[in-house]
Amino acid sequence: MIAIKEVSKWYGSFQALAECSTHVDKGEVVVVCGPSGSGKSTLIKCVNGLEPFQKGEIRVDGVSVGDPKTNLPKLRARIGMVFQNFELFPHMTVSQNLTLAQVKVLGRTREAALAKGMALLDRVGLKSQADKHPGNLSGGQQQRVAIARALCMDPVAMLFDEPTSALDPEMISEVLEVMVQLAQDGMTMMVVTHEMGFARRVADRVIFMDESRIVEDASKDAFFGTPRSERAQQFLSKILSH
Amino acid sequence: MFGGYDFDVIARSWRYLFFDGMAFTLRLTVFAMAGGVVFGTLLAMMRLSSIRPLSWMAGTYVNVLRSIPLVLVIFWFYFLVPYIGAWLVRSDTPIQVGAFASSLLTFVMFEACYYCEIMRAGIQSIPRGQVWAGYAIGLDYWQTMGRIVLPQAFRHMLPVLLTQTIVLYQDVSLVYVLSITDFVGAASKVAERDGRLVEMYTFVALVYFVSCFALSHLVRRLQARIAIVH
Repeated sequence: MIAIKEVSKWYGSFQALAECSTHVDKGEVVVVCGPSGSGKSTLIKCVNGLEPFQKGEIRVDGVSVGDPKTNLPKLRARIGMVFQNFELFPHMTVSQNLTLAQVKVLGRTREAALAKGMALLDRVGLKSQADKHPGNLSGGQQQRVAIARALCMDPVAMLFDEPTSALDPEMISEVLEVMVQLAQDGMTMMVVTHEMGFARRVADRVIFMDESRIVEDASKDAFFGTPRSERAQQFLSKILSH
Repeated sequence: MFGGYDFDVIARSWRYLFFDGMAFTLRLTVFAMAGGVVFGTLLAMMRLSSIRPLSWMAGTYVNVLRSIPLVLVIFWFYFLVPYIGAWLVRSDTPIQVGAFASSLLTFVMFEACYYCEIMRAGIQSIPRGQVWAGYAIGLDYWQTMGRIVLPQAFRHMLPVLLTQTIVLYQDVSLVYVLSITDFVGAASKVAERDGRLVEMYTFVALVYFVSCFALSHLVRRLQARIAIVH
């Protein structure tokens, strides 16, 4: 579903990604972790072309992301993305957030879009909040709306960029529950997160990044059992010990 | 103490001052604001564009026009527009353009520079993540700008935009150099006809002061009302 081949990216002279290669198969859940500044967020933003890259190739469902001839808006409409800071549109109500792209991009009627939006809002447990503005919701509620907004587009894969790092501790689980449910329903997911509990429960593979490189790319059991690189061992011991 | 003054001149001429003069001033202000905000927003989008020639063009335009006194721009346009019009339609004789059309064009082009800088700051105040979120759900550049970025930028900047419009409302009085009957033009005509310069110009100043003061007070009240809850 997602194939990343020897992708390199530079910001000026700083290399943000160095020959990263991996893949996410259909129905697979892949967790990307690593210290901050290691390139995780940059990598996941390259997958739907929010960040351009200079070398290598990324294909999503067979379509090349870096090809200038690719219709990026059309491709992005099929890839859901959830951000660290939710990024709901603060000047619109929750239901407007959910229907905007369905109507403008997919050409659905307003009624169909609203029905779809309400069904997904119900799925994340927020049906009663449809007419509120995002600013009146808690962080956890906003992130669940953001997940519903992405799902409204019937995506073939979902990208999560540190979906719980901006949340207060007591709200993390409500968002993770929605994500676990999604994983169990068979959604293809690439998740940048430090939530190792989530990784243990639903991940198929875990990728560890450090200094712009993919250092480790292993099945969940292999990663948590015997990480090969010393860097990954250090990282794991640090985040698991607290 | 007002022994030598005759304030009846105002009572005699107020209809002319307001229905001819002020009506023109307000019409020009409103249309110039509308045109200036639209053109200024386009300029701001060009300035922030990653396409170098576009941002260079917009930047040069804004910097050149802001370096020229408004009175000169008004003169220039008034005398040049008929010739530019003639050149555009390949006519041999200058195209006659009314005073209103000429001054409207001038103010739209001039004020757009200021509205551009305001909108540029407004667009830049929107977090990068909002643009990403727009793109991520499949919106293209124009949809992301039109639905996500500009509505928020506009709301953030509305008080500043309105304050600039109050400046524009005062600047409109410069069309007086083209002998146009705006509020100041009307007053100066009456003043010279009746020889009542002090009375008329005092009155004009008072009207400007009261209306601008009231407007800026309104802007401040509005500012508190429209803030977006984040």
